[in-house]
Amino acid sequence: MSASPYALELNDVRKSFGKTEIIRGASLQAKPGERIAIIGPNGAGKSTLFNLISGRFGVSTGDIRLNGASIAGRKPYEINRMGLARSFQVSNLFVRLSVFENIRCAVLWSMGYRYAFWKFLADLRDANDRADEVLRMIKLDRKRDVLAMNLTYAEQRALEIGITIAGGASVVLLDEPTAGMSKSETTRFIQLIREVTVGKTLLTVEHDMGVVFGLADKIAVLVYGEVIAFDVPEAVRANAKVQEAYLGSVLASHDKAHGA
Amino acid sequence: MSAVLKSAVQAPVPAPSSGRAAGGQRLHFRPLNVGRWVIWSVFALLLVAAPMLFTSGLAMTMLSQMGYMIIICLSYNLLLGQGGMLSFGHAVYVGLGAFFAIHAMNLIGAGRLPLPMSLVPLVGGAAGAGVAALLGWVTTKKSANTFAMITLGVGELVAAMALMFPEFFGGEGGVSSNRVAGKAVLGISFGPQVQVYYLIAVYCFVCTAALYALTRTPFGRMLNAVRDNPERVEFVGYNTQVVRYLAFIIAGFFAGIGGGLTALNFEIVTADSVGGFRSGSYLLFTFLGGAFFFFGPIIGAVLLVLAFVMFSEITKAWQIYLGLVFMFMVMFAPGGISSLIMMNLRVAGFGKLRRLASSYLALGGTGAVALAGAAAIVEMIYHLQLNSALGPTVKFMGGTLNVQGLDSWFGALFVMAIGIAMFEVARREFKRQWDETQQEIEKEIRRRDAL
Repeated sequence: MSASPYALELNDVRKSFGKTEIIRGASLQAKPGERIAIIGPNGAGKSTLFNLISGRFGVSTGDIRLNGASIAGRKPYEINRMGLARSFQVSNLFVRLSVFENIRCAVLWSMGYRYAFWKFLADLRDANDRADEVLRMIKLDRKRDVLAMNLTYAEQRALEIGITIAGGASVVLLDEPTAGMSKSETTRFIQLIREVTVGKTLLTVEHDMGVVFGLADKIAVLVYGEVIAFDVPEAVRANAKVQEAYLGSVLASHDKAHGA
Repeated sequence: MSAVLKSAVQAPVPAPSSGRAAGGQRLHFRPLNVGRWVIWSVFALLLVAAPMLFTSGLAMTMLSQMGYMIIICLSYNLLLGQGGMLSFGHAVYVGLGAFFAIHAMNLIGAGRLPLPMSLVPLVGGAAGAGVAALLGWVTTKKSANTFAMITLGVGELVAAMALMFPEFFGGEGGVSSNRVAGKAVLGISFGPQVQVYYLIAVYCFVCTAALYALTRTPFGRMLNAVRDNPERVEFVGYNTQVVRYLAFIIAGFFAGIGGGLTALNFEIVTADSVGGFRSGSYLLFTFLGGAFFFFGPIIGAVLLVLAFVMFSEITKAWQIYLGLVFMFMVMFAPGGISSLIMMNLRVAGFGKLRRLASSYLALGGTGAVALAGAAAIVEMIYHLQLNSALGPTVKFMGGTLNVQGLDSWFGALFVMAIGIAMFEVARREFKRQWDETQQEIEKEIRRRDAL
């Protein structure tokens, strides 16, 4: 397993829905601990790419490797057990369970409790402690017993991240974690993401260019299902192809907004 | 109460009520373990004392039936309330459990099975679990609609098979047996009904406790998670089909125990015990009792026996009333009786129940008037359609109605219309008060949170 230098590796991944090819040969390598932002225009296939990596959809051709082992064609729960977790663009919670229960559900498998019906939850010290620890990390410990459906939007987004990281996966995929948040909320939230993903390999889809250039070690630019650039932020910013296809207009508006 | 209250916090939520006020409420109960001991002690005490309080033969029959119906409805709710699986074929597992149990009884009677009669329900349980294990993998492949459709299909399949294999299912007459057979352990022969009752009571208590315990295990919680959001469960490492499948087998096991107890109780099992009508009854009464709270199905089971045994004595048209009650429950209180109880307890907990008392009286009074009118009409129609050979008059609530006289019809219609109109006025006033109360409670909770 440790033979591979990469935590996550995509080799010429393709995905077609019917006759339409959505992902047209995407390749990407993430070293352990790297933070990679995936950017690109709407409809470029960013979410589809996440769905392929996390096993929600199967790839048409190509291979995806997690810590050296192929995960193409595996089920989401198998991929999760191998150490990859993801969040969703639209909060995907256990709405009728409390905040604490949401997190506890996310730690049970990784702590080896599987389908146990011969143990009481109340006796699982390690799982309960871990759930409380995650609650403190995502700053929802005051909302411990509130039902997930009664949280505010920003709190739900935080819980979404909490569920994702609770199991201790080494590779974390965050799909537009700050979608729908205000500027100040986003700033705080990015700090939170930074804290909870320390030491993890992080892939994130993000629209806010300020966030992207602040958070990411490397940036992958996805346009029409192809990775047209994959490099450190400065190189991507300077890349002519990227300028032409996508970044030029976005950066211009970003710079204008920031008075640069 | 508190064990139940705790389950309210842990797993389910009350649904919007007649006031539709529940929208986004929070439950703030902090139960003590003492409370849980009290509840279970009271439950045990009730089971022990019931046949001493109600001594008639009819009461004994009904109490016995309630005992195993509680197990059956609770096992059904493991699927419906805990796992979000709407099964239309639960009678398959109850019924097949009963058939295996009655064959076991016959084997014991013939001296070919060295098993005490008291363990026969476990044979039913094993059969229920076995059949569920066999049919369940296909059934639980999908959730929601597909699951419901497959259970319906499997139910029809088994019901049809029951008529095709008379060797096992006994054809139209069913399979009968004698429970006074085998060795009498400690002088208990299961001849007198009271001995059967206490056996049922023991099973009822143990199964209820086991099913409650199940809701507090990792598996039980993941079952709730599968109910709420099966997709996300797959991304935290769990195979949702395995969760559903295990739940299905466990539900089959307890359903089979319930079935085994019916075999022991009636000493006969017929093909209709696996049929769709039975499945429908389990669904209907579990829902009436309330699927959101653990104790809901217990209320449902008690109602089921009351309806089938007593209500059917009062009026032949009882199923029409049952249908009406079910319809109103779905429309106005989808959380069933248990959630109505819990929501009113919440109001009481904040000391505001007294304010609603007059509204409840008004609702009850006007509802009774509407019901009387409606019932008169139902009884007259029923009489006209099915019993007209007995003459034109129907006895109704101490009076006499004439199905050929216009005055009876108009009278009944008038009473019903007035009743409905007044009920609607009372309902609006109640809803206003209820919403107001809920808002005050929300405010109070926020105030306490801020402290």
